[in-house]
Amino acid sequence: MKVRAYNRRMDTIAKLCRVRRVFSAVLLFAAASVAGAARAEEGHPLTVPDTLQQRIASCTACHGVHGEGTPESGFFPRLAGKPAGYLARQLKDFQDGLRKYGPMEYTVRHLSPEYMQEIAEYFSAQEVPYARSPLPRVSPEALKRGEELATKGDPSHQIPACAACHGTQLTGVQPNIPGLVGLPYDYLSSQLGSWRTKTRATVAPDCMAEIANRLSASDIGAVSAWLAGRELPSDMHAQPAGSISPPLHCGVLGATGDGA
Amino acid sequence: MKMLRWVLISIALLGIALVGWVFLRSGGHAPVSREASKVDVATLKDPVLIAKGQYLTTVGDCAACHTSQGGQRLAGGRVVGTPFGDIPAPNLTPDRETGLGDWSFEAFWQALHSGVGRKGELLYPAFSYTSYTKVSRDDALAIFAHLQSLAPVHQPSKPLGLEFPYNVRNSLKAWRALYFKEGEYQPDPAKSAAWNRGAYLVQGLGHCNECHIARDSFGGMRSDQALSGGQIPVQNWYAPDLSTQTNGGLEGWGEKDIVDLLKTGHSAKGTAFGPMAEVVAQSTQHMTDDDLQAIAIYLRSLPARPQMQFEKSPLDTTTMVNQGTKIYGERCAGCHGKDGNGVAGVYPPLNGNSSVNEPTGINAIRVVLLGGFPPATKGNPRPYSMPPFAQQLKDSDVAAVVTYIRQAWDNKAPLVQERDVIKYRHTPID
Repeated sequence: MKVRAYNRRMDTIAKLCRVRRVFSAVLLFAAASVAGAARAEEGHPLTVPDTLQQRIASCTACHGVHGEGTPESGFFPRLAGKPAGYLARQLKDFQDGLRKYGPMEYTVRHLSPEYMQEIAEYFSAQEVPYARSPLPRVSPEALKRGEELATKGDPSHQIPACAACHGTQLTGVQPNIPGLVGLPYDYLSSQLGSWRTKTRATVAPDCMAEIANRLSASDIGAVSAWLAGRELPSDMHAQPAGSISPPLHCGVLGATGDGA
Repeated sequence: MKMLRWVLISIALLGIALVGWVFLRSGGHAPVSREASKVDVATLKDPVLIAKGQYLTTVGDCAACHTSQGGQRLAGGRVVGTPFGDIPAPNLTPDRETGLGDWSFEAFWQALHSGVGRKGELLYPAFSYTSYTKVSRDDALAIFAHLQSLAPVHQPSKPLGLEFPYNVRNSLKAWRALYFKEGEYQPDPAKSAAWNRGAYLVQGLGHCNECHIARDSFGGMRSDQALSGGQIPVQNWYAPDLSTQTNGGLEGWGEKDIVDLLKTGHSAKGTAFGPMAEVVAQSTQHMTDDDLQAIAIYLRSLPARPQMQFEKSPLDTTTMVNQGTKIYGERCAGCHGKDGNGVAGVYPPLNGNSSVNEPTGINAIRVVLLGGFPPATKGNPRPYSMPPFAQQLKDSDVAAVVTYIRQAWDNKAPLVQERDVIKYRHTPID
């Protein structure tokens, strides 16, 4: 019964999200097309703004002009405010086939490291308020387990606390470690899942893959739910570089350990 | 009845085995060992030769197939998909066990020029020796010297993904008799040096014709229709006709347009995307201006083409085109213009664009779905991009807008249907 009620609730949430998304998409396109059509109809030659934002229409079509993503569904990840080193690394990982998602791999395939860095910096610099995403209903025990994993880890399974790398407030660490709070449950749980199925990987040693494989399926649900539901700290910016000492050696963090 | 069928099948199998045995007995060419090579080690270490070879390896875009995604350059590992199965591209670094470490130049030449492997085995034409046979022996030596100068990478080849009968290499004898003409490029004394250089690059190392031609059901090319355009099997992109004359795919392209596209990834007439983006990014943007100019001169000399005769569709497309017009105005005109002429140097024109008008509609459909960036090149380091519409337009909308684009302005290409869109929406990216 509980399961059915839960499913029904998630269905309703999903429907609401879809309606909202469609509505905002319609609005956006109405605005865009009015502007576009006006320009085109006047018979003037089209003028194209010489801005990065104009150049990266391929990115913003899904991730939003300011990298806001689709917080309702979690499908297109938020990019705004994530550390630039982290974002540039993701583009490179798609390019190298370490992260697997056809449309992203196609989009970034022939971009230069310099251009990818510039695009990463653009999204990193965007300040967009964090929207809350739908939460699954989970038991208090699961939330407690999630909190424990995020803040203390589980030494019996060699699982370090999320906070050990992702910062005391879990808002990330410059320049290479993303924040975890303010992200949708679906996004977080699917990332942990894709590390286990090897559709998301990065340069060796891939410490997040190791950790994701030490988590049980219920751990993934628990920690994702706790993170997604956590009250947002007043300052969502990533901690300064060099402010953590990672418990594992991570390829993405380079020789100094924190990537700084 | 059942008995009879088995008897017939047995006879047929016996026949195939017999033919196979005869072919096998006749064997391939004799291998040449490294020790018996007439090319001495000092020659291969000549830095001038190695540098020349590096340039030619780039011109030939060897790395496109012989490098896996994210893998070490030229260490093999990419699998080339063909309608007959998967053929892994081998390791070209001088690793003794898994690469060319034990190869003599003579063996390399035999592979490049004759399509025969080091053990005398016939090579599959996924390795484009049908074009490389035109490469001169001097150029081949330079390429070999460059490959031998690379740091060896130990990376064994992936297994061949071919089923019977394609896994019987001697079946290639028949294929070669039909489609392979061995022989170095012979200059045409009536033409200029630049034209000859262009022809040599396009027909040989550049292996342009491997994609830009239609292939028959045996994967063979019709030699009388060089560079006339065709669908690339498995990858499902359409490589357009390259004639700049009347009815050619590049009709109206000047030398500058061709050079611009190859050097920067875009020109006033069109933009490189899909597999051509890779060719520009990895190969042509690194070519010298003289070589690019030579290619343009040669391509501009390709003959005019007969006018394409498209059957008039019995379907009433009025509703579809109306829908397409509306979508174009809302989603496309802002960049490509209501007149379909684009913005010079930024957004390609759709009017008269060969990738819009090619016979199949594949390119337009897939570009609408995928959007994307032209390659970032030295000449265009921060390219403008196109949004993907896969998430926003349903199949019927894509069919409508593509049909509209293919029939608007001066374009007169056949319509595309929803079922075409469904098919190419699910084409794998790689």
